[in-house]
Amino acid sequence: MSLRQSPLRSAHEATGADFTDFGGWEMPVDFDSIRTEHAAVRDSAGKFDVSHMGQVVVSGPDAAALTGRLTTNDVQELGPGEAQYAAITDESGVMLDDTVVYRLPDGWDGEYLFVPNAGHDGEMTDRWVGHRDRWGLEATVENRTEAYAMVAVQGPEARDLADRETEADLGSLGRFEVTATRVAGADALVARTGYTGEDGVEVVCEVEDAGAVWSAAGCRPCGLGARDTLRIEAGFLLSGQDFHPEEEPRTPYEAGIGFAVALETEFVGRDALAAVADDGPAELLVGLTLDERGVPRHGYPVESPDGERVGHVTSGTMSPTLGEPIGLAYLPRAYDEPGREVCVVVRDEPKKAHVTATPFLS
Amino acid sequence: MSFEVPEDCRYLESHEWARPENGTVRVGISDFAQDELGDVVFVELPDEGDQIEREEAFGVVESIKAVSDIYAPVAGTVVEVNDALVNEPELVNEDPYGEGWMVAVEPEGDLEGLLSPAEYREQTE
Repeated sequence: MSLRQSPLRSAHEATGADFTDFGGWEMPVDFDSIRTEHAAVRDSAGKFDVSHMGQVVVSGPDAAALTGRLTTNDVQELGPGEAQYAAITDESGVMLDDTVVYRLPDGWDGEYLFVPNAGHDGEMTDRWVGHRDRWGLEATVENRTEAYAMVAVQGPEARDLADRETEADLGSLGRFEVTATRVAGADALVARTGYTGEDGVEVVCEVEDAGAVWSAAGCRPCGLGARDTLRIEAGFLLSGQDFHPEEEPRTPYEAGIGFAVALETEFVGRDALAAVADDGPAELLVGLTLDERGVPRHGYPVESPDGERVGHVTSGTMSPTLGEPIGLAYLPRAYDEPGREVCVVVRDEPKKAHVTATPFLS
Repeated sequence: MSFEVPEDCRYLESHEWARPENGTVRVGISDFAQDELGDVVFVELPDEGDQIEREEAFGVVESIKAVSDIYAPVAGTVVEVNDALVNEPELVNEDPYGEGWMVAVEPEGDLEGLLSPAEYREQTE
């Protein structure tokens, strides 16, 4: 099957990017080096092509009700121009995906936009349409993933940088707020969201304007490699790795995003999650830092100091900012205590590690 | 992009180089390999005196994004290990055929059967 391509594919190729298959998309993994790109975002600013993220627009009288019943957070509380993070769960409370739900401001086509992870757009559109029909709700659901491009500009200087290219006053745009404006002469949505742990904006535009928006963001291009190291340092989840409906079925509570669950609302999986909420989950996603040389990687076992297997690593890397090997692992709740000693088994050899509060970077 | 392929080395398809030097063979990974891996953060190597087998893994190189085995271009006894890589694994990126070498081996057998520079260059183009 051929890979889906970003509208910026040829621009990236001309810049010397290396590509990788990510969720069925051929996307840049790095342009220069992950370390350099990572540092640019922490120190100044970097730009990411995130056009592989899904874009699903939901409109009509029941758009909020439909989206609210399929996501864990409280969609009804969103005013125009506000956004929220949420999980999408099945009946048993297992996370199928995580997403940001935007209530679109006036001047943009549609009422709600949600952003599923790469490759999940078709499945999530079908899920919305199927439930709409089953529940008899009045809403249109459109998969705009192929029609929209998305560019994230992230880092302490990102908002100033973006401010110069937009007609809107981004200085007054709050976290998780979104505005319809013009960027580099093109109609665009600008949201103060992102997935790096830094301040910044994400810009959604029509694919034909992608090149102009990308060029206007005058900072270092960054690939998925840096996005991955940045998001781990921030303690953010990676869909398909830190949770996966079959390979790593986890509730939002286990994954540490209980803040995105509004139990007072009705949604698919709500009852199952309410049952967990009282006692808390048996296992939790915790941060680990390796005290010995090595790098924790997806799937590596985690043992207690006396050699009993207690869990496994879901994500790990050498943190470019901290210069330490860090990872995320599901462990019994008793281990959720910073400093607690464990071992990560790296190529059959237990290496000393300890539990670390996330985000790794404060 | 073209990668450096020195004429005084022979190569494995898995991107290791072998350079004969005064009866020993120095081993590392190619310019192409270090570029593919990206920022190298950790190198795990055998000890001096260890025996390594041709085309079998004798070490591991980890970059930020991936972990890869390193295969031996020749069988033999490890006579020297590049300890500088413990604290400066980035030497593998900066100077893969020089300061970023990994082990020196007292070989059993010769370098026959390894790729010539021209053959290796063709493979990586």
